[in-house]
Amino acid sequence: MPPVIDLEGLGLDGGAHLLIDHALAALRPGESLRVRGHHPALAVQLAAWCRSEGHLYLPEMTVVKGSADAERWAHAERAGQAAATVAERAKPEWGLAARGALVEPGGPPLDVDWAERDHVWADIAPQLYAQANANQWNPATAVDWAGPHTVPDDIEDAVVQIMTYLVENEQAALMIPARLLARLHPHYREVMQLLAAQAADEARHLEIFTRRALLYRDVLGVSGAGGRSSLQSLLDEPDYTLASFLLSVLGEGSFLDLLRFVQRHAPDRATADVTMLAGRDEARHVAFGVAHTAHVVRTDPAYLARLRGAVERRHSVLVDTAGLNKEVFDSLVVLAAGSWTPDAIGHGWRQVQRLQHTMDEGRQRRLEFIGFPADEAAEISALHTRNFM
Amino acid sequence: MSLLLGAVAYDPKVVTIWTGFRTWFRDRGVDFDYVLYSQYERQVEALLDGSIDLAWNSPLAWIRARRLARHRGAEVRAVAMRDTDRDLASVIVVRADSDLHTLDDLRGRTVATGAIDSPQATLLPLAVLADAGVQARIRRHDIGVGLHGDHIGGEREAARALRTGGADAACLIDANLLQFAREGVLPSGSVRVLGQTTPYDHCNLTAGPGVDAEAFVDMLLGMEYGDDQLRPLLDLEGLKQWLPGRTEGYAALDAAVTATGFYRQDGGIGATGYRP
Ligand SMILES: [Fe+2]
Ligand SMILES: [Fe+2]
Repeated sequence: MPPVIDLEGLGLDGGAHLLIDHALAALRPGESLRVRGHHPALAVQLAAWCRSEGHLYLPEMTVVKGSADAERWAHAERAGQAAATVAERAKPEWGLAARGALVEPGGPPLDVDWAERDHVWADIAPQLYAQANANQWNPATAVDWAGPHTVPDDIEDAVVQIMTYLVENEQAALMIPARLLARLHPHYREVMQLLAAQAADEARHLEIFTRRALLYRDVLGVSGAGGRSSLQSLLDEPDYTLASFLLSVLGEGSFLDLLRFVQRHAPDRATADVTMLAGRDEARHVAFGVAHTAHVVRTDPAYLARLRGAVERRHSVLVDTAGLNKEVFDSLVVLAAGSWTPDAIGHGWRQVQRLQHTMDEGRQRRLEFIGFPADEAAEISALHTRNFM
Repeated sequence: MSLLLGAVAYDPKVVTIWTGFRTWFRDRGVDFDYVLYSQYERQVEALLDGSIDLAWNSPLAWIRARRLARHRGAEVRAVAMRDTDRDLASVIVVRADSDLHTLDDLRGRTVATGAIDSPQATLLPLAVLADAGVQARIRRHDIGVGLHGDHIGGEREAARALRTGGADAACLIDANLLQFAREGVLPSGSVRVLGQTTPYDHCNLTAGPGVDAEAFVDMLLGMEYGDDQLRPLLDLEGLKQWLPGRTEGYAALDAAVTATGFYRQDGGIGATGYRP
């Protein structure tokens, strides 16, 4: 006797197929299910439904289970072993399926460039992403925008120029992770999330630096061609790890010191706030870049040569450009000087020399952490762009 | 073996489907290609004049192809069909709360149908009314004329006319009874089935006179739903399995075509106002 399902008054225009599917799930293809019910159009509905689902309808309300469903899932595989396991290689065929989901074959393959764990991963990514979420802040309220305006005019000129420079660097820092994440297989979800959070951080940095520049002025400072060439060379790096290394390890690493410098010499609360907030985010960006690059080098020590090659290549592209434009450098001196006396300017000059030294030390430290011997780390750090980023 | 198939472009997906099938056949050494027609009449004429070897035909196109062929002393053959082309039914529905309870009650009332050339939503259900001796006012919805009802628009408009009171009854294919319930065009419980056709067959793959399609059809019938490359195409085309062609399921439509004069016995177009 075949099993029987009683639909009572429910029709297939009202959800009865769920009950039938549920009953059919226990059967093998070729086995029958008797259907009972008193919906007036049940027979015509059932025949049409069976046809569309690949079941055989026999008059007098019998469904013979078809094999379509079994065939559809016959070659299905999970996108990785489990939700918590990150696969060494993510298949394009997994597409946008959630990690660990059972993937029906036959969908469109995902067109992404980076689908190997060791090419994109760092074990610290999930933690950094959690930290990024915990440390979100609101540009409207986290900065003291309404403090008293006591900044002298020529110091304000320097602040506006530095902010103008920071904005163009932030724009590059936004575009790079945005480009990287669009080419990444979403199986490496935590990395994608982290890059998205990083892009969102940079979007906020753009906002606060622009807002600080325009706090007391209507006009921004200048944008030098050399500085933009330096940033363009970052955008031009097509490789994931090399782009991450140049941007986050060397560039944003140097920026950490720059932001601290501006914060220390800030002539007002707003300037101190914006550089402090951006610096906190940047520390996270640097941490991921360093952890990721170190991860790659651990799995392939020969990669050190490629990292070095990328810095040398960038150096040779930029060797004939001005690097940091003069207006930015001078503004940093004036900011640290605080006034235009020769003593003060001399002091400011020494402060900026010290800043460059500190940046160099920081870069060497990170390069050594990644795996470079000390002498090589010093050589590579010296080749870093004069534009800081 | 080189074969050219004609199909009617009733939807953009037709390109995806037949391009996919073409790749599948060519990968297996069959020199197969397809051309698209904007309507079935031109496709049938092309099949008969030998421009194409095979036609993916609507049931109405099959009937015309057979009449045209026989008039010339030739034969066309229905060589394959989808599993979903067998034993369809059309229904005549009324609003659930109406006072109409038998087909007889439709005498003098307004019945909404699909397009003039829709077998499922016009010709076959109207034959049911005619057989019952019921004369009703017919409100046709001529959307996608020349596509032989493949375009769902006419049927959807007929259902809407019923819902909004523009008609007392509407003619639909059984599958659209469920589809329109899902779409909310005819919500669950809003209609009652007053009458239905006997089971009939729908599309078939028609081989032109003298065309040897045996090897091609063998391969077609061998397509498996479990093939991950094919399944998306089969899903788009709305089948799980290809079956051999059969022609018994076209008797009711053939009779309706004769009774209405839609096509003449020689295959000429007889329907007035039919402009594909
Ligand atoms: Fe930033
Ligand atoms: Fe950053």
